[in-house]
Amino acid sequence: MKRLVLWTPLIVFVLFMAVVAAGLYAPSDRTIPSRLVGQPIPQFDLPPSLPGRPGLSSAVFRQGRPRIVNIFASWCVPCRAEAPQLAELARRGVPIDGIAVRDRPQDLAGFLAGYGDPFRTIGADNDRRVQLALGSAGVPETFVVDGRGIIRHQHIGAIMAQDIPAIVAAYEAAR
Amino acid sequence: MRMRRPCSPAKAGARTGRCTRPRPAPGNMLHGAVYAFLLASPTPALADSLLPPAEYADTQLADPAQERAAKALMETIRCLVCQGQAISDSDAEMAGDMRALIRQRIQAGESPDQIRDWLVARYGNWVSYDPPLEPLTWPLWGAPILLLLAGLWLARNRFKRRPRR
Repeated sequence: MKRLVLWTPLIVFVLFMAVVAAGLYAPSDRTIPSRLVGQPIPQFDLPPSLPGRPGLSSAVFRQGRPRIVNIFASWCVPCRAEAPQLAELARRGVPIDGIAVRDRPQDLAGFLAGYGDPFRTIGADNDRRVQLALGSAGVPETFVVDGRGIIRHQHIGAIMAQDIPAIVAAYEAAR
Repeated sequence: MRMRRPCSPAKAGARTGRCTRPRPAPGNMLHGAVYAFLLASPTPALADSLLPPAEYADTQLADPAQERAAKALMETIRCLVCQGQAISDSDAEMAGDMRALIRQRIQAGESPDQIRDWLVARYGNWVSYDPPLEPLTWPLWGAPILLLLAGLWLARNRFKRRPRR
């Protein structure tokens, strides 16, 4: 008993250091997934980002067909990197809607001219209200929404070539 | 009320536009090429948008009681971009938008708890600096009591021994 008492402080210290070391050496994961995956997409109605083009209302997600909504911005550099992958998804017939976060029409027009325009509609989220309502923590992020308006999948960060199969699979599964 | 403590460029993800970096798949050529491109492009100024801050990001509410309630809530809501700061302390643009959201909802008559619940429903308890008592967090609340009891037990043994000598 006495021996155990003598060793206890060392054992506690070693356990404490093990916890600290595990925390230090574990790779950091800073992604914040939205809790709304599996839940209905919130109601919103965004005005068009560009004159002469449709804005984005949550009503389009309840029309029976799955859609992909991409949260992006012209000032977001990874959004440029994912542009070819969005174009590829659009080429495969996936309907993509855009939510332009805090963007100016002239900047957005330049971005679409330079990196391609795969979007059916682009809503202007100038105060980030819809981005926050969706549980998105940054740009770019992409949600797959099924035909009944339920969010089925969230992709955080730029879509790279190796991410396309997972997104297409989520889109097909949402049919 | 304004505190100028900028989110550092490294944290703010000046190059990537977001703090939450996507984890690169090791050994992927395309990833490497994209990151090389991102590293090579001189774009730190593009980490934030060109629009002005939201109306209530840095403006207090006219009603002092409402502003007090909003400020108290902001101090316990975590910034999604500068992940170690409360939104009241952060200069990240997104934190400003979240302050504006909180002030406008308080002004519209919502209670701070309703707003916290709305955010927790989207981002999880992660977003709140006021953790609820649940199975995962009980050590947080129970550990101080256990340590106090252990201390009392140690002290009691100490005080017992003395008169014997």
